[in-house]
Amino acid sequence: MAEEEYYDSELSDKQKKEIAKWFLLNSPAGEIQYIAKDLKSVLNDERVYNEAAQEAFPLYNKSHLISLELPDRSGDVLITPYNELDKNEYLDPRDAQVATVNHVKQVCTEARPAVDEELPSPYIEEYRYALDAEMLKYVGEAYPKGVCSVYCVNGKDVEGPGSNFELVVVISAVKQSPKNFCNGSWRSVWNIEFKDEVQVLVIRGKIQVGAHYFEEGNVQLDAKNECKVETKFQAPEESAHSIANIIRHHEAEYLASLEASYSNLPDTTFKDLRRKLPVTRTLFPWHNTSQFSLTRDIQKELGIGK
Amino acid sequence: MEAAMGLIRRIHPKRSDTALSALLSLLPHHSSDLLSQVDQPLQVLCDVDCGKGFILCEYNRDADSYRSPWSNKYHPPLEEALFPSSELRKLEIEANEAFTIYREQYYEGGISSVYLWEDDEREGFVACFLIKKDGSKTGHGRRGYLQEGAWDAIHVIEVGPEEEKAVHYCLTSTVMLSLTTNDESSGTFSLSGSIRRQMNMDLAIADGHLCNMGRIIEEMEGRLRNTLDQVYFGKTKEMVCTLRPPPEIVMRLPNS
Repeated sequence: MAEEEYYDSELSDKQKKEIAKWFLLNSPAGEIQYIAKDLKSVLNDERVYNEAAQEAFPLYNKSHLISLELPDRSGDVLITPYNELDKNEYLDPRDAQVATVNHVKQVCTEARPAVDEELPSPYIEEYRYALDAEMLKYVGEAYPKGVCSVYCVNGKDVEGPGSNFELVVVISAVKQSPKNFCNGSWRSVWNIEFKDEVQVLVIRGKIQVGAHYFEEGNVQLDAKNECKVETKFQAPEESAHSIANIIRHHEAEYLASLEASYSNLPDTTFKDLRRKLPVTRTLFPWHNTSQFSLTRDIQKELGIGK
Repeated sequence: MEAAMGLIRRIHPKRSDTALSALLSLLPHHSSDLLSQVDQPLQVLCDVDCGKGFILCEYNRDADSYRSPWSNKYHPPLEEALFPSSELRKLEIEANEAFTIYREQYYEGGISSVYLWEDDEREGFVACFLIKKDGSKTGHGRRGYLQEGAWDAIHVIEVGPEEEKAVHYCLTSTVMLSLTTNDESSGTFSLSGSIRRQMNMDLAIADGHLCNMGRIIEEMEGRLRNTLDQVYFGKTKEMVCTLRPPPEIVMRLPNS
């Protein structure tokens, strides 16, 4: 025991860094800066903290699909694994820009026009652009604070029909109200494989929803859903239209199933943890507890004897 | 310490044990504060004498052994261990019997344990009522809806000395829970969390300590369950509907 305590108090810098990274990576949506602030004072070691932050923030930002405002305030750039050109450079295909970001501060410091090699071919861009337009319309309608983007993740240099390529739609909506002790995020990633040979689109969706309420407590929701749908390979506009319809339909259904899960809570799911009222439907007869010295008889009577 | 509690308040409740051990290794000087302020999922041991499970906590621990409320023996055995006075032990036996029935009626399963010990400072005593329930379909979930479901309740009551036929009771209760449903069409849906509340009451001694403590706990548990259901789960649902409003709200917007 004594040895263990000694060992514990002598954590190496590497161990401290791993612990710091764990806390940062496990921050709830939108709360990494708060975690960072508390973590700094717990660690009390600027150098270890900075090393951990350098490694953890980029991973957190990409997995949480955070959006950052462009320096000229013309719009947002999403931080995702799909548009990462370099560890600090993210492509914004809508405006053909490349944003340079500071991961730890979670700000976009500058933007430059993208060069041709960074952008998809005109053939791919037609599909990407059409889908982006449909998604902008849908996200604008469905998410009060949603940001979306469409990237080409495979075959961006395909020049014309005859080859496969893959687009990905990313939707990210975050709501933070620290004053109300409540934060949440909705993240959808839709991969669309354009299979030229069989003229089929294979659509795979992954939705992740989280919410955190922590006024005098700590309660979190984690919900996840995945799906796979196939549809016909069509011209850019028609493809975009049918993909957007599939996404719209599936996300609306998923929201409805989340609401159903909530409404099932009181009478079914939560009841399996603890009932609102006892099986007898009356409050427990504490005034009769003296009789419980005859416990066996009562247990028999209630039919709960072992 | 304040920053450490700030981290605990934000880190996912399902990962609070990892967070606690990380904090313990970073802040070894605060270990007793951390252990007393951060609630951990309850652990269970089996009483070798009667084969029944009992719950472990700080209040039935002496060195590395834990006292079973059923046989009153320490596991593993301990020489020169501490025991409650025979009068308190009598009340402890009654409390365990009554609480077992209470638990069956509200939880339809699970494990409960009650521990009492003298409080020398305040001339009263302290009681700790514990319940652990696995509500999953492989555990004690009667309805079989839950892939995973855990409810851990800790009620600590400080019982003051008798003053003019009344006694002051101070109850601190913590509930930690998690529930997960999983099916093909809707995916996984998981809620987890913990809350802690305090309640003070002066009650007549005429009804006896067990009756008084039981009533306070029953009221508190009902409140906590209600708060979790209505307020805490409700807030997360509200958040989801803010992120992506259900269709009827979207349609109502232009008029509002």
